[in-house]
Amino acid sequence: MGIRFILMVNKQGQTRLAQYYEWLTLEEGRALEGEIVRKCLARNEQQCSFVEHRNYKIVYRRYASLFFLVGVDNDENELAILEFIHLLVETMDRHFGNVCELDIMFHLEKAHFMLEEMVMNGCIVETSKANILTPVQLLEKTS
Amino acid sequence: MNPFSSGTRLRDMIRAIRSCKTAAEERAVVRKECAAIRAAISENDQDYRHRNLAKLMFIHMLGYPTHFGQMECLKLIASSGFPEKRIGYLGLMLLLDERQEVLMLVTNSLKQDLNHSNQYIIGLALCALGNICSAEMARDLAPEVERLLQFRDPNIRKKAALCSIRIIKKVPDLAENFINPAASLLREKHHGVLITGIQLCTDLCKVSSEALEYFREKCTEGLVKTLKDMANSPYAPEYDIAGITDPFLHIRLLKLLRILGQGDADASDCMNDILAQVATKIESNKNAGNAILYECVGTIMSIEDNGGLRVLAINILGRFLSNRDNNIRYVALNMLMKAITVDAQAVQRHRATILECVKDSDASIRKKALDLVYLLVNESNVKPLTKELIEYLEASDQEFKGVLTAKICSLVEKFSPEKIWYIDQMLKVLSEAGNFVKDEVWHALIVVISNASDLHGYSVRALYRAFQTSAEQETLVRVAVWCIGEYGDMLVNNVGMLDIEEPITVSASLSIESSVAGSLLGSLSASLKIFVTESDAVDALEVSIKRHNSDLTTKAMALIALLKLSSRFPSCSERIKDIILQNKRSFVLELQQRSIEFNCILQKHQNIRSALVERMPVLDEATFSGRRAGSLPTSVSTSTGTARNLPNGIAKPAAAPVADLLDLSSDDAPAPSSSGGDFLQDLLGVDLSPASAPPGTSQPPKAGTDVLLDLLSIGTSPPAQSSSSASNILSSIQDDKASLANLNGLASLTSLSPNATSASPAPMMDLLDGFGPSPQRKEENGPAYPSLVAYESSTLRMTFNISKQPGNPQTTLIQAIFTNLSPNVYNDFLFQAAVPKFLQLHLDPASSNTLPASGNGSITQSMKVTNSQHGKKSLVMRIRIAYKINNKDVLEEGQVSNFPRDL
Repeated sequence: MGIRFILMVNKQGQTRLAQYYEWLTLEEGRALEGEIVRKCLARNEQQCSFVEHRNYKIVYRRYASLFFLVGVDNDENELAILEFIHLLVETMDRHFGNVCELDIMFHLEKAHFMLEEMVMNGCIVETSKANILTPVQLLEKTS
Repeated sequence: MNPFSSGTRLRDMIRAIRSCKTAAEERAVVRKECAAIRAAISENDQDYRHRNLAKLMFIHMLGYPTHFGQMECLKLIASSGFPEKRIGYLGLMLLLDERQEVLMLVTNSLKQDLNHSNQYIIGLALCALGNICSAEMARDLAPEVERLLQFRDPNIRKKAALCSIRIIKKVPDLAENFINPAASLLREKHHGVLITGIQLCTDLCKVSSEALEYFREKCTEGLVKTLKDMANSPYAPEYDIAGITDPFLHIRLLKLLRILGQGDADASDCMNDILAQVATKIESNKNAGNAILYECVGTIMSIEDNGGLRVLAINILGRFLSNRDNNIRYVALNMLMKAITVDAQAVQRHRATILECVKDSDASIRKKALDLVYLLVNESNVKPLTKELIEYLEASDQEFKGVLTAKICSLVEKFSPEKIWYIDQMLKVLSEAGNFVKDEVWHALIVVISNASDLHGYSVRALYRAFQTSAEQETLVRVAVWCIGEYGDMLVNNVGMLDIEEPITVSASLSIESSVAGSLLGSLSASLKIFVTESDAVDALEVSIKRHNSDLTTKAMALIALLKLSSRFPSCSERIKDIILQNKRSFVLELQQRSIEFNCILQKHQNIRSALVERMPVLDEATFSGRRAGSLPTSVSTSTGTARNLPNGIAKPAAAPVADLLDLSSDDAPAPSSSGGDFLQDLLGVDLSPASAPPGTSQPPKAGTDVLLDLLSIGTSPPAQSSSSASNILSSIQDDKASLANLNGLASLTSLSPNATSASPAPMMDLLDGFGPSPQRKEENGPAYPSLVAYESSTLRMTFNISKQPGNPQTTLIQAIFTNLSPNVYNDFLFQAAVPKFLQLHLDPASSNTLPASGNGSITQSMKVTNSQHGKKSLVMRIRIAYKINNKDVLEEGQVSNFPRDL
């Protein structure tokens, strides 16, 4: 398993989406999110996108007001995860059209569905945006 | 109904939460929503179930408990519609975990959905199973998943592959069933199936060596071909990133090849060409390309040696390291750390660049580089590298200093070629960042100094100089204080001057520019050749006691050092007495007590003083390092446990009282380990063994003398080289009695009483003036133990006060105190106890049979337990307590097994 969790956090540090691939209790999750957000949001643009925290490596990237933070194992390819974050954002962009924080807040389930099509049990399932979005769009049509 | 079309209420909730200005407001909104959802759940509201769950997911994300919604997930999953199932499964993955029993209830629904005719529903079930499945579910549902690996739609196959990973991780026995289907996935064209299939194979290799052999044999060539096709494939818009087709797939392939090639020359040979092609052809101007190169380097480094490829890989890393992008530099450092085990020489070539990275402005890079430097150091380059690191220590920012000092100290300790170099480096670190140094480190330094007898003078002079410039570094002050106490005479008389040393002058203490960190040997502006006087040394100690930010340990150490100097510097003894006396009014009990005790020694026991404050014997390096490895973390609790015993801590292992006296109540004070004395206690304890006690003065230990033992912190087991007669006594006595024997030596030394045997407790008493009568009273009752809570329920607490009769080790006196924790009065209170056959119990009548409510009084009852197997078995007791609340009988029973062991 490579990816341990995916977080989306706004620049005030509020969690907008959290998906864990290993079980943490509510309190552990909250504490972890707090620590990571404090660590990552304090860094500037020039610094590298990787932070080691506890036994995780956090790969993060900022898009406008939203931070995407991915916790991975230590032997995961950091650059690939960075590329994956970009793919995730592009996919959401294609669906929402210039995705923003509010899109994710008000369509939390949809964001989760998209993520589910991309990552399962901490592994990447699909890398084609069309394949990822087909089931999501199908769902919209039927409802 | 569907959660998306009926989103108004969900939207309303999110808006309401967003408009909250304070956390309290948000909590109020969430509480209201949760209440509404609970109500809906209990009414079994069908229409809004999915919407409620969507809200719960949002609330869960905000970090509020949502366990009450778990059953709703199960109901939604069991419903027939796709949208309901969808949100039900999502809720299941977010709100539940595999450890909850509720999850077992979902197994059946999952099984049905895995066999559903609608492939999207199958997809949902697979996804949920892949994310949360437990070992039991894995066993139950493995056949379904295995079948789905051959499903007609690739979108199901890819999910089934990842689901299989979860299953084989939970139940590795099932791995062999998946080997064949996994191998066939590798021949697919669909990228999703391919990438998941490769991951499944990777994980199979990890859990089963049989699978590894199989894939190595059958699939290596195929995988190489897949990689080759992909590397040469024409533009594929759907998978293209920066001109490269599906970098994710590239990376997964390289990862699997790494596992197959590792330790197998044939397989490694087979992939050499394609690796060379990837390493040379992939463009490195975009992140995606670099990600592949990075993975490729990792693979080349792991597979069996091929000289040409390795050079290629190291060159790529060199290019990465000089890249301006911090991300690239970070991964380069990361990979060099792995490469160092393979080719240390090649990594050493980049040493200069890596050292630069230690000074980077980016914390992540600094830390990685430091880790790497740490691995690079060996005997031959330790001096220049340490020099670099220490120089950087001055410039580094506060938060990095902690890590950096730890690393430097560890390097210096590990590779130090000679003691003087070690001492010099440690001094530099201490003066630069002493506040970041861990306790073990400065303890180790003291041990080393103590062992280097030819460097005592050098060390104390260097420390004195460093102290003048860096008095704000706590640990430096501690080491300096200790050394001045021990070797103060060498400081003043310049004993054992080394050729390289400049004579120390007072001007050194005045001029800041002669910073010790800069150069110990640097020429001082020594216009005045006045040597350090005795009073200068006392000044230093006085400063460290009086400085407001010195902590307790430092002050306590300084007091001891003063006591030691009082005999070494007779000319200053009046002044020292004054300083010690000033602490008599200290608010800190520890200092107050110490000051009173030391004052007694100075005033009333001139004749033993010089023996008391002898230089400490050489500390044993082996004991110290062993202790350091073993017991440090666990010992803290022991120390706080025994510390309460301080004033009359007698019946403890010999090591404990000493630690007690010096246990400075801070967490970082090392505490006694079972193996004997602790370092700090060795450090501070006055060791009596060299005292010239006439042989054969041993006398039966008296309880009263133990107080003195406490007071003077007599070292536990003196090192073997002390040649005095006292050690002869010691050697014949067991370890834990050693200190008592020491004491006997002392008792006879005092020679205050003509008849030492009978009167020995008496002269000791005057040492106690100033701390009240209570210890004296206690000691007549023999050894004391901390009171223990023998039984506690929500309504009642029973505390045991334990004592021993002197001269009768088998018998234990126990006073039981009962406290009522409930608001009701207990009537007809009756306590009964039973003991095993090797014990005899005698129970006295209780003080009352009514126990007032809420702890407003207590019942006491005494008992006497005689242990016929004293020393072999410890006490144990079954108890039964009966009483009445409002005429209703209540019975509480329990077992007491937490007695101290040696009763």
